[in-house]
Amino acid sequence: MAKRIEVSGLHAYYGGVHAIEDISMTVEPRSVTAFIGPSGCGKSTFLRTLNRMHEVIPGARVEGKVLLDDEDLYESSVDPVAVRRVVGMVFQRPNPFPTMSIYDNVAAGLKLNGVRRKARLDEIVEESLRGANLWNEVQDRLSKPGAGLSGGQQQRLCIARAIAVQPQVLLMDEPCSALDPISTLAIEDLIDKLKTQYTIVIVTHNMQQAARVSDRTAFFNIAGTGKPGKLIEIDDTSKIFTNPEQKATEDYITGRFG
Amino acid sequence: MSSESGVEAKSGAEVAAGARHRATGTRMSTGRAGDRIFAGAARGSGIVVLGIVAAIGAFLVWKAIPALQDNEASFLTSEEWNPNAAPPRFGIAQLAFGTVMSSLLAMLIATPVAIGIALFISFYSPRRLASGLGYVVDLLAAVPSIVYGLWGLAFLSKHMEGISKFLNSTLGWIPLLGGDSPGKNSIFTASVVLAIMILPIISSISREVFLQVPQDHVEASLALGATRWEMIRMSVLPYGRSGMIGASMLGLGRAMGETIAVAMVLTFVPGINWHVLENGGSTFAANIANSFDEASVTGRGALIASGLVLFVITLVVNMAARAVVARRKEFV
Repeated sequence: MAKRIEVSGLHAYYGGVHAIEDISMTVEPRSVTAFIGPSGCGKSTFLRTLNRMHEVIPGARVEGKVLLDDEDLYESSVDPVAVRRVVGMVFQRPNPFPTMSIYDNVAAGLKLNGVRRKARLDEIVEESLRGANLWNEVQDRLSKPGAGLSGGQQQRLCIARAIAVQPQVLLMDEPCSALDPISTLAIEDLIDKLKTQYTIVIVTHNMQQAARVSDRTAFFNIAGTGKPGKLIEIDDTSKIFTNPEQKATEDYITGRFG
Repeated sequence: MSSESGVEAKSGAEVAAGARHRATGTRMSTGRAGDRIFAGAARGSGIVVLGIVAAIGAFLVWKAIPALQDNEASFLTSEEWNPNAAPPRFGIAQLAFGTVMSSLLAMLIATPVAIGIALFISFYSPRRLASGLGYVVDLLAAVPSIVYGLWGLAFLSKHMEGISKFLNSTLGWIPLLGGDSPGKNSIFTASVVLAIMILPIISSISREVFLQVPQDHVEASLALGATRWEMIRMSVLPYGRSGMIGASMLGLGRAMGETIAVAMVLTFVPGINWHVLENGGSTFAANIANSFDEASVTGRGALIASGLVLFVITLVVNMAARAVVARRKEFV
């Protein structure tokens, strides 16, 4: 189910602004890869190029290749809608559909994929909510609005919604930055559990979090305001945090800047 | 937030005092002159609005009562309109029917088109076209209603005859579209004119609502692999639902009050006719415009009484709209 991502020579632009420059990396299946770096260095932009969400913003475009098990996501024949069905995404701010119940939120993606049978939907909804460690808290109020849950629960609901369609890859854009430490812990435990099945890429501002949850870590940086973001290095998390190759990485993780 | 929790911790008497302070606004005010002037101006404006509504209501009731007392027919159920006769006999049944029917039809015709326009402008059209198109739609609202009346009378009604005949012959089994003699000066023609007149307000309010749909919700559905239409169905329409209902209700209210265009298009034929394709029908506003000048004192009172009914109907429409909007608050 999980797939390998191979990025080569990727540039992203917002209109005339060159946001990220020449990024190449490989993301291994069934592992967690964390993106760290100072604000504005392009980690979120890069993440959004991996499921073609970058181009949703007017004027935004991408150059380069993103191979998902040898299939280029940016081939002209590829439908971005189809890409997003195999590469799921969880956002910084929990964004359950406010008019839908908890059940319908999780079922939303399934219905897009044409799953209509009630019994099948019930089954996958329960499975996904269990997978997101949320089932016990919501099983007796599935018909209540998802927006009524706490922030941490909402974020787990969004994760349940994303994994309900059984994606190959799960992208997480600072999934804990709006959450308290307890909810953060719950999400981190969940990430640890999900990586046995999915390829997970997580953007985080929190270096401890990167150290706790990820197998590999990529450090991004910018040379200055208005310059494009670049990948400085990517390596095993233990190596990045103990003995990085690059001086800039070491400065960043030891808190000398950023 | 901190002041809220502070209030909770206080004793009951203090809480009440705090609430009283807040209600009068003195607690929030810093006591500066600018603050007090602004608060006074805002409160004054609020009071003026209430005063105006009350004054209009009182005026209508005061003028209507004498005529209603002289009336020999049932005001609410009679289809006659002879307030200038002796004894005066008048009822609003056919006016109410014509008003509600023409406005509802106008709303039914206009709402889907207006929402379609708003969706196209907001999500489908190229950016450059969008602003121009929005401007053109808004321009429709700036056309004076007398121009719509002239256009309806001189141009549209001629072409409506054929459409009406076609509808009558193909869909005549629907009671509303039945009848023997579909004409061009019908409630249906008036509804089409009204629909065009209320199109801009429904479409511009819907467009505004669509603009406010949080990017979060849009991206939530796109990231799940929704197509553009699926995204609209999952994120935009549910969010904009109450706004769209409000917009179409506003359109309905505007259609109900519209006078001159309807007065020009309709041919007056007494009585309620459910066959909306046939000539005839009248509305409150058109009737007032047509007969106020030649009316006697009682006749004017009768017209004012009918105006009062229109006032009440409009009020009910607005309250109903609010009730619909409030029903699913839990989800919004």
